[in-house]
Amino acid sequence: MNSFVASYLIQEGITNGAIYCLLAVAILLVFSVTRIIFIPQGEFVSYAALTYAALREGKLPGTVGFTLALVSVMVGARLLRGIAEGNLRHSLLEALKSALLPLLVAVVVFASAPYVLPAAVDALLAIALVTANGPLIYAIVYQPLAKSSTLVLLIVSMALHLVLVEFGLFFFGPGGARTEPLLDLSFSIGSLPVPAQSLAIYLAAAVLILGLFLFSERTLYGKALRAAAINPLGARLMGVSSTMAGSVAFAASAFIGAVCGVLVSSVTTIYYDTGFVLGLKGFVAAVIGGFVSYPLAALGALAVGLMESFSAFYASQYKETIVFTLIIPVLLWRSMRRRGTPEEDH
Amino acid sequence: MRRLLPFAALGLACVAAALLLLPYYLTILTYIGLAAIVSLGLVLLTGQGGLSSFGQAAYVGLGAYLSAVISTSLHWPPLATLPVVLLVSIVSSYVGAVITVGLSGHYLSLATIAFGLSAYFLFGGLPFAGGQTGLSDLPRLSVAGFEFRTPQASFILVWCILIVAMVVLSNLLDSRVGRAIRALKDGATMAESMGIDTRGSKLQIFVVACVLASLSGWLYAHFQRFVNPSPFSLAQGIEYLFMAVVGGAASLWGALVGAGLVTFLKQWLQGFLPSLIGSGGNFETAVFGIIIIVMFQLAPDGLIPAVRRLTGRAGIRPRAVADAPPLSTRPRAPRGEVVLSVRQARKSFGGLVANRDVSLDLRAGEILALIGPNGAGKSTFFNLVSGTLDADEGHFEFKGSSIRGLGSRAISRLGLNRTFQHVRLLPDMSVLENVAIGAHRRGKAGLFSALLRLDRTEEALLLAQAKHEVERIGLGDQLWTEAGALALGQQRALEIARALAADPQVLLLDEPAAGLRHGEKQQLAALLRKLRDEGIAILLVEHDMDFVMRLADRVVVMQFGTKIAEGQPEEVQKDPHVLEAYLGAAQ
Repeated sequence: MNSFVASYLIQEGITNGAIYCLLAVAILLVFSVTRIIFIPQGEFVSYAALTYAALREGKLPGTVGFTLALVSVMVGARLLRGIAEGNLRHSLLEALKSALLPLLVAVVVFASAPYVLPAAVDALLAIALVTANGPLIYAIVYQPLAKSSTLVLLIVSMALHLVLVEFGLFFFGPGGARTEPLLDLSFSIGSLPVPAQSLAIYLAAAVLILGLFLFSERTLYGKALRAAAINPLGARLMGVSSTMAGSVAFAASAFIGAVCGVLVSSVTTIYYDTGFVLGLKGFVAAVIGGFVSYPLAALGALAVGLMESFSAFYASQYKETIVFTLIIPVLLWRSMRRRGTPEEDH
Repeated sequence: MRRLLPFAALGLACVAAALLLLPYYLTILTYIGLAAIVSLGLVLLTGQGGLSSFGQAAYVGLGAYLSAVISTSLHWPPLATLPVVLLVSIVSSYVGAVITVGLSGHYLSLATIAFGLSAYFLFGGLPFAGGQTGLSDLPRLSVAGFEFRTPQASFILVWCILIVAMVVLSNLLDSRVGRAIRALKDGATMAESMGIDTRGSKLQIFVVACVLASLSGWLYAHFQRFVNPSPFSLAQGIEYLFMAVVGGAASLWGALVGAGLVTFLKQWLQGFLPSLIGSGGNFETAVFGIIIIVMFQLAPDGLIPAVRRLTGRAGIRPRAVADAPPLSTRPRAPRGEVVLSVRQARKSFGGLVANRDVSLDLRAGEILALIGPNGAGKSTFFNLVSGTLDADEGHFEFKGSSIRGLGSRAISRLGLNRTFQHVRLLPDMSVLENVAIGAHRRGKAGLFSALLRLDRTEEALLLAQAKHEVERIGLGDQLWTEAGALALGQQRALEIARALAADPQVLLLDEPAAGLRHGEKQQLAALLRKLRDEGIAILLVEHDMDFVMRLADRVVVMQFGTKIAEGQPEEVQKDPHVLEAYLGAAQ
């Protein structure tokens, strides 16, 4: 391997690493607020990329139908629960309130789809639509399970992943999508060309990670969200609604996933099921961060990206095996450091 | 023998099915049997042991691929590959378990997800395994010249193996080793304090579950006669886990119900959905996922417990406990001899010194009470003695030899047995079996004798001893009640019975009278006096002054992590330091 190949592999590794890093941060955020290990994080990436690609081609993205389906399921479920609990009017009001924003975004996207708009506007529309799905998914799937164990939530997350992938196939079809980069520029460092899109990815990763870190460590609101995860009852007594916290966390996770999707769609072709493997690698990085530390997860994501691009070069058929096996020594190291507390269970 | 009746009935039903059903249904039933063998392992692992694995499909794949590769490239008959498959799955799952069982809670689940993924990509990547296309034309299984060619033959074979596996696992659960496994769900602290090697138990169930999975894979390969990576993917691993959970992971029959339900549902969806939606996608996966989510929202414990609750058939069926001679006991130290001696015990948590140079002696045949205001460090001291926490400094001697740093399991095996302040019983398990956990140390029967039921003589002794202890605390008529259904006072008494079943020299009781009614307290005091008179040394942490002062021979008072007084109850009550600690400084 010469130094050009090496520096190319490094650059590719860092670009992928930055994407994994964003996904890891989203997974961490959801976990630290809700105790949910959100396996389908990557599905937001696919959905956003395919939505953006459809908008660029002036087609109506399948996400509009998906959002409408989610809204009607959410309203229906809330009404059923309202009837069961005998406070129909309250539930109806709540359901309409949660439905308003997603419906609005869906209508705007529906109306603007046939027109040729600047790429940045399409990107924003795609991100907004996918972000609106986050809280809807939380309300439908996870909110009724708020008292369940982490294991049950994990199994449900796996099930939700299966559902979302199949829905992706239904709403977007089996074809892949690749878009023009938002910024069609290229710099070079030495002999190595660095596309501006990669820089945009690095920048987005850096800004979001720093922002989330400051938000959760330094602001009262961020602390309230974390408190809702550590002790939901205690937080509720202090006036923090764990439902609201969950909604916010899912909106943020969908937003981050959507940003990734729009950015990554110009780097690689995205299919309805591409997001899963991307998300899982973000997940490996989140595990390296022990599900608590944003900066460690960021380092982990870079390690995963580099490991992947180098193993793709040396042993491409074992690329995925190598990346996913990496998690096991890390878990061991993690759990070894946690020894010595008497109530280590659960 | 009554225990085996349901399995015999199932066997008869299988014979009837083989004679009556069309080959199409027999084939589906064969797949159900194959899946049930895997999810049976998961019921043991997840439902009983509390460990969840998303990676079982990888072990199914291991069995299938190993046999496929050997039988196609070396032309071995399938029966000859079976020992290889079993050996490799035992070794590899043992190694995998050694690496991963130390992981707690969801870390283990994550490791198994990663393992399942890497194994799936490995199956597709290995050059000699045929890549994504896989290997085809595998030989059929044949035994002594009989080839399993017809659907009837395959069906009977798979279900025979399934029924044998169910019988063997039900043997296991109804044994000393099985109780240790069931104790895992409550976390390591309680089990280790009962002398159970929790790590060893986890290794055992991991290996048993993986052997079942690879056995199913081996059967699958030679029944299907074709392997490719897709049936061994992570999604399939989730499906196995779901099968174990949907039926109700606490029961072996749950595996069968789950496997049957899931397989039929998927078959039905495959036939039904295209006519409904009219497209070629595999929406059964999506519908299936939705069903998983809805089921957890409606019946979080699974279907069998939900149905049982609805039909009011909850509870444990009582069985007779044969009388047996008491187990041999250890020689007790003569009354008055110091059995436990602690010098300069120190423990701090961060900047907080919970115990500062605490020393005390405990003699055989005395009740020593440890009292003090909240936060005085009593429970910390208690945990240091019982080995639940490691001391930073100090000497801990039991009958003249040091026990510091031995850990709670070894300490409990020496004869220092404890109860827990927050009752830690297994609520779904019977009163009798809960107490039998305490007697774990006094039995020897291991995994194999449990699986093959060679442990009955010893088991009868253990249960008879447990019954004796239960009768001693006055719950003799509730042997088969679920421990969780008892009143709090009874549960506390049960904790003591469990400690007594271990044949203690030193009984460590953490707030045994908390939440008890007056009458219950008097009964408890009478029991403790009786135990003292038998020569047991009792160390008691307690808040109820009245109870302590009437009962204890000596009292040690702690405040802010240090010992401030020690002596007879009357002396301590007059001690100015004690009065100050409890009532505030006198002006």
